[in-house]
Amino acid sequence: MKRFDCLVIGAGPAGVCAALYLARFDVRVALVEKLAPGGLLLQTSEVENYPGFPKGIKGYELADALDAQLAPYANLTRIRGEVQEMELGQDVKRVRIDDEWHEAHAVIICAGVRYKSLGLPDEHKFIGKGLSFCALCDANFFRGQKVAVVGGGNSALEESLYLAKIASEVHIIHRRDEFRGAPIYVSRLKEHANVHFEYSTVVSALHGDTALEGITLKRLHSGKEEFLPVQGMFIFIGFLPAGHFLPAELEVDENGFIHTDLEMRTKLPGVFAAGDIRAKLCRQVVTAVGDGATAANSAFTYLERKHG
Amino acid sequence: MASAVTDNSFDSDVLQSSTPVLVDFWAPWCGPCRAIAPVIDELAAEFEGKVSILKMNVDENPATPGKYGIRAIPTLILFKNGEVVEQVTGAVSKSNLSVLLNEKALG
Repeated sequence: MKRFDCLVIGAGPAGVCAALYLARFDVRVALVEKLAPGGLLLQTSEVENYPGFPKGIKGYELADALDAQLAPYANLTRIRGEVQEMELGQDVKRVRIDDEWHEAHAVIICAGVRYKSLGLPDEHKFIGKGLSFCALCDANFFRGQKVAVVGGGNSALEESLYLAKIASEVHIIHRRDEFRGAPIYVSRLKEHANVHFEYSTVVSALHGDTALEGITLKRLHSGKEEFLPVQGMFIFIGFLPAGHFLPAELEVDENGFIHTDLEMRTKLPGVFAAGDIRAKLCRQVVTAVGDGATAANSAFTYLERKHG
Repeated sequence: MASAVTDNSFDSDVLQSSTPVLVDFWAPWCGPCRAIAPVIDELAAEFEGKVSILKMNVDENPATPGKYGIRAIPTLILFKNGEVVEQVTGAVSKSNLSVLLNEKALG
């Protein structure tokens, strides 16, 4: 059992920034991460909208740079592990990381999000065998082949642009009549002759023996179904909170995202949330680091009041 | 640290190995591969002598990933006596991989 002033859960941009601010406040802080630091930045090819990088920066480069800024602080402990359980209702909070319990006076939850899947019965069977959540990682395996992209937001459109340069055909499948993503992506995609827009369409079935060979498209207006042969399918239909360990007394929205006030305080004293796991509309690296700094400030104020 | 395996050394280091082998198929530009890299290194140290944990760069070694139908990275394949026992794709947590190694490699 180890005890800290503050535990920060998740080392994406929000968590790293919260840990940085707390370390500089001279708080005994532990940063918990199950993988390498960076969070969803590690799934992002190019970040073009983070201020200070006029030419853009690769997701993993920004992740490394954010993390490197924590190096000087001896009062910061890193814990590699996965949170399994939390007890946040009492004065001293308890968090079980793998098999070991840790205690802290304050907790900042920055656990981020995970990709939503389609929910088709045999979807799991095709993960890594044609079905992917990362075009940057896997596009090369589909060079010169036909692929589908499911989704209509910025992620779906960005990844489609990348795939258009590698795959022979890209079919963007979207349930609505128009895309939610930025118009700049749509106009760039229209310049590629191998990009096909399948509006008002959903994927109703996956086909293949050992690997994906095709999908069934269902046209929502006519109800008709048709087979589309594709070797790859990339899914970008949004996110769910990565908080399977959140206790029931934490207030969340209908999708499980954590409600906070503008100072990142949850309803539980000493418990704060920051970044993509928070119930909010704008999920960006720049808003995540802002949340992280605000949460750290609130946690510091809370600890000061508590200890006088 | 997990050591590297190549197309050339795959037969001797993996297929002919007397201990079970976990191979991490990865590439330097792949974010999720970077995400699990520290986990793979820690597991290599913890399972030393019991399970051999190796990394194959798919950019430099195209033959083996093709042979095993790899279409996504990171993909981790567990080999026992030259046969594929288990295949996992994506940034999996260390606790899940420890369970997998204990049950499928050593169990």
